[in-house]
Amino acid sequence: MSLIDEKDQVRTEEMLLNVGPQHPSTHGVFRLVVKISGETIIDAEPVIGYLHRGTEKLAEDLQYTQIIPYTDRLDYLAAMLNNYALCHTVEEALGLEIPERAEYLRVIVMELNRIASHLLFIGTYLLDLGAMSPFLYVFAERERIVQMFNELCGARLTYNYMRIGGVKWDAPPGWLDKVRAFVPHMREQLKMYDDLITGNEIFLNRVRGIGVYDTETALAYGMSGINLRSTGFEWDLRRKKPYSIYDRFDFEVPVGKNGDCFDRYYLHLLEMRESLKIVEQALDQIPESGPVLGKVPKLIRVPAGEYYSGIEGARGELGFYIVSDGKDKPYRMKIRKPSFLNLQLLPKLLRGQSMANLIAILGAVDIVLGEVDA
Amino acid sequence: MWHWEANPLNVSSVLAMIIGGVVILLLTLGVVTYSILWQRKLIGWIQWRIGPNRVGPLGLLQTVADVIKLLIKEDVVPAKADRAMFLLAPIIAFVPSFTVLAAIPFSAHHVFTANISIGALFYVALSAITIHGVMLGAWASNNKYSLIGGMRSAAQLISYEIPLGLSIVGVVLMAGSINLNDIVEAQAKSGLWYVIPQILGFIVFMIASTAELSRTPFDLPEAESELVAGYHTEYSGFRFAFFMLTEYVYLFAMAGLFATLYLGGWSGPLLPGWLWFAIKAFLYISFQFWLQATMPRMRVDQLMSFSWKVLLPLALVNIVITAVVKAFV
Repeated sequence: MSLIDEKDQVRTEEMLLNVGPQHPSTHGVFRLVVKISGETIIDAEPVIGYLHRGTEKLAEDLQYTQIIPYTDRLDYLAAMLNNYALCHTVEEALGLEIPERAEYLRVIVMELNRIASHLLFIGTYLLDLGAMSPFLYVFAERERIVQMFNELCGARLTYNYMRIGGVKWDAPPGWLDKVRAFVPHMREQLKMYDDLITGNEIFLNRVRGIGVYDTETALAYGMSGINLRSTGFEWDLRRKKPYSIYDRFDFEVPVGKNGDCFDRYYLHLLEMRESLKIVEQALDQIPESGPVLGKVPKLIRVPAGEYYSGIEGARGELGFYIVSDGKDKPYRMKIRKPSFLNLQLLPKLLRGQSMANLIAILGAVDIVLGEVDA
Repeated sequence: MWHWEANPLNVSSVLAMIIGGVVILLLTLGVVTYSILWQRKLIGWIQWRIGPNRVGPLGLLQTVADVIKLLIKEDVVPAKADRAMFLLAPIIAFVPSFTVLAAIPFSAHHVFTANISIGALFYVALSAITIHGVMLGAWASNNKYSLIGGMRSAAQLISYEIPLGLSIVGVVLMAGSINLNDIVEAQAKSGLWYVIPQILGFIVFMIASTAELSRTPFDLPEAESELVAGYHTEYSGFRFAFFMLTEYVYLFAMAGLFATLYLGGWSGPLLPGWLWFAIKAFLYISFQFWLQATMPRMRVDQLMSFSWKVLLPLALVNIVITAVVKAFV
């Protein structure tokens, strides 16, 4: 028998709280309606679509080459990868051959973009947990990459660099040397982040054992990328279904052990190291000169049929599914958006957690709302 | 030392009190203004930024400009707020923060602060009133984030008030007085700052005082990434400025208490007493800014358990050790 009668206990009322769409930690216009009792979450419902632009529908009215700028706006933190994913699908459908130099340039910019994207994850995640300095540090490093991209293609966010059949321009003189100089510098910086963040007791207490799920659950929910790998399941399309020239590089696919927020943070750090390895090898192997755009028909008509091709994006499997009726525009296009799929598990993870953990768990999923809403 | 509070109440002593109050207010506002500037500069350097350098020479008028901007902003009161309480809350929060300064001995020959015989107790007791202002503001805002922030604030301040108070007991036992002036003089006479014999209490004090000030890593009441801005989410203009002012005046007051209790207050060789005091207080303030640039935020349950399960026992152990040493050595 309880010492205190139920009627004597403090009565609490559940409260509906709208976290977002205008909230500093929802990483864009994401709304999460949470039912809380005190600070404990009873239920959570994600509400998406505030950034919806109908990209898939718009694509039906555009020629294949005209769709590329739209992909920049999906995952705007990793636009190079989005560019590539579309081009790659069309190239596979057409059976195009890509010039060697273009392939290497593509790999270099994609891996640099992955680093830039992961850097922002580290910064914003720490900002979510109340630490501001790492956020500013990562911007300094990201700025170097963005500057290099600016020199390469004249844009800092929406690159529009990839073309069906290669890339738009060759790298300007001295550009590859800048990338080469960036690699050892970034390695040093990663060591600094590791020292600053990974060893911080408060940080560890905030993220260890939080937001845990296993491989089965992750697969059942269609998760991919770091969110899946954090459970210990080694699945990286660059290794499992090699595309482009990734089979020429030596790199590891780091996996987690516990499937918690710490693993997801740490994998971002480890993956940046691997990306640097790839960039370094690509710089060593890239042909001195050569064409950067293959022989592509002026008007691209994809043969009638269905085509899907996925690549390892910064947030998981990023794929384009195209249904073609043989014309110069897709009959139907569907994008496999990793952030959208990774987000599905969120309500399940949040039930029973505290408000502070909500931010820690949501941040670790690493979503970009441009991609979620598409 | 001239104890103005012991003199009979006449025109000149009343005038002295008024002038004293105004001088301390101006001094405090000056300290707050330039603490904020120093915070932005120091954190700017730590974060590879320059910090403010545009308004006035070397950016020295930046905070002044910020204050003017804040004061001329529209005073917004949410339609469904409890208007009276909403307006009153920042004042309730601010008044104790300024009043506690009366107990801090700024220099050996101070004329403007009260030589209160229960100085340490006065500080601890009075500073606890601020939470009412914070809670009222949070409740009256009619905003869920504010409410959660206010509740967090109440839980945090009450929990850390206890280890903070108990950490001071060690110093009081050593000095044999609860009068802050006596505590400084006891340290000056013995030639040993209490930070050395009271190292355990000092550690507890540093942590508990950081939590009392709601500063990183204990800045949960206004956790931006979780609660938008916590208890002052709905406040704008000069009412928001009042809450800001409260925070920084407490920072100054706590720095004064730190200097008094553990670093010998105004005592020190060569330099004038007020300068020693200023240097020591400056150290504490800079330490807080350094923490702010370095640490992530704790979780609310971790914060509470840390207070009750770690700091409180440590503070009690410190008292026992101090008492035993005092009795037998």
